[in-house]
Amino acid sequence: MSDLGFTPDEMMTIAAARALKNDDVCFVGIGAPSAACNVARLTHAPDITLIYESGTIGTAPDVLPLSIGDGELCDTAVTTVSVPEMFRYWLQGSRVTIGFLGAAQLDKFGNINTTVIGDYDTPKTRLPGGGGAPEIASSSGEIYITMKQTKRGMVDKIDFFTSFGHGTGGKDRENLGIKTKGPTLLITDLAIWKPDPETKEFTVVSMHPGVTREQVQETCGWPVKFADQVEVTPAPDETELKTLRDLQARTKAAHEGTGRGKNKFGSQRDG
Amino acid sequence: MAKFQDLKTAVAENLHDGDMVAFEGFTHLIPHAAAHEAIRQGRKDLTLVRMTPDVIYDQMIGMGMAKKLVFSYAGNPGVGLLRRLRDAVENGWPNRPEVEEHSHAAMANAYEAGASGLPCAIFRGYLGAGLEQVNPNIKRVACPFTGEMLAAVPSVRPDVTFIHAQKADRKGNVLVEGIIGIQKEAVLAAKRAVVTVEEIVENFDDVHPNACILPRWTVTAICEVPGGAHPSYAHGYYDRDNKSYLDWDKIAAERNSFQAWMQDNVLNAGPQDFAGRVEHLRSAK
Repeated sequence: MSDLGFTPDEMMTIAAARALKNDDVCFVGIGAPSAACNVARLTHAPDITLIYESGTIGTAPDVLPLSIGDGELCDTAVTTVSVPEMFRYWLQGSRVTIGFLGAAQLDKFGNINTTVIGDYDTPKTRLPGGGGAPEIASSSGEIYITMKQTKRGMVDKIDFFTSFGHGTGGKDRENLGIKTKGPTLLITDLAIWKPDPETKEFTVVSMHPGVTREQVQETCGWPVKFADQVEVTPAPDETELKTLRDLQARTKAAHEGTGRGKNKFGSQRDG
Repeated sequence: MAKFQDLKTAVAENLHDGDMVAFEGFTHLIPHAAAHEAIRQGRKDLTLVRMTPDVIYDQMIGMGMAKKLVFSYAGNPGVGLLRRLRDAVENGWPNRPEVEEHSHAAMANAYEAGASGLPCAIFRGYLGAGLEQVNPNIKRVACPFTGEMLAAVPSVRPDVTFIHAQKADRKGNVLVEGIIGIQKEAVLAAKRAVVTVEEIVENFDDVHPNACILPRWTVTAICEVPGGAHPSYAHGYYDRDNKSYLDWDKIAAERNSFQAWMQDNVLNAGPQDFAGRVEHLRSAK
């Protein structure tokens, strides 16, 4: 914790939450996006529709799910549909306004890699793969991305195009016949980035309180462009911080247990 | 017509070396007991299909049963990477399975096409995505009416699909509730389908008229295996054992610890052991 009274992670999640609107229909990626989306729902956007790819539509979990298919997502959802219906009617059918993704590797045009580090056929590290992301990236109205800044994560050239952002920039997306906006917002632990209207390169438009340009550059693998006027992101207010911390505390308590009952047997033999 | 069988017999009769097999379940109702029985029976040269290969696929891959993998997201849900899958793909241990990788949208459409009796699935997908360059089974087809270029992938038609469900009735109809995932399509797409269930009830007279039910004549075998989804969960029966998923990351990290765990918990165990594993996870109904 810095002397600011909040951590860079908390700032990231809260800045991401603020970007969501009450009438958004948001396809939620697991991890950082899930926290941001639920903070939005618990603060300024109580009626936001959160969709997880397991088929849960309009879900309102009390704790953050460990997987995208936890039972609580279904228990609290308006409806739960099958996976093919999710991808055909709801995502491909253009019902989703925001696709919210995390990234293992990201480039300056918002292209994301979660497939392999190294060569595809002889990978150095085999990552889980794209899951829903390739079509979330092309079928959602627009894409928000949230991730912590590191040189390993924000790279000049990604090893694999798991999901397409703005390609090599400019009109690349349009030229491929993609009609949606693609990545319009990147929220990191240090800054808020938006694509340049022409080149589509992510540009820093706001830095979080206390963050310097040097810090943003040191943790990014490409030469960072800053907007003519870089704002300071408003610090989290008390309600935002309390909501996030309470959510994380509930989540931690729930995940450290093994459910509602007590684990009497230990887990070594459970399989 | 569905036969009521013990799991050992159902696996022996329905899963053969060289088969294309799906053990489906989308983060819920994962058929762990059935996969463990397949491991005990030592099936090999399998083409393992699954949208979200997780712990059971890590186990089958680590035991050398996989000739090929067809999938769209291979991870330990909420935890991270699959260590045994990585060892197989990166280092060839115990073998290097062929990989056919898709997106969720593609796999979901491919199962649906399989269930629909179609040779391929057509959808708007893979736009700008790298998989199209590395997977020759992703092709483009023009809409005959608008000219829009759409993605096409072959349908998935497993030789056999295994799923876990909440209930069967005495006649052999199967009820799936909660996050229903891709189970219905995976059963209808397959030549044979084996379903493990939490319990067998007298009838389904009290279920909702639009409930997800697989009629008995779409199912080959039903096996009553309480707890058979553990450490996954069964909605209305028991919660997900998140700790087991976290523990798996450590167990699977080394070949030795993996093999020792498999010996103790799978090879020397049986379907009857699952009920005890969920006792502490049972939720009030």
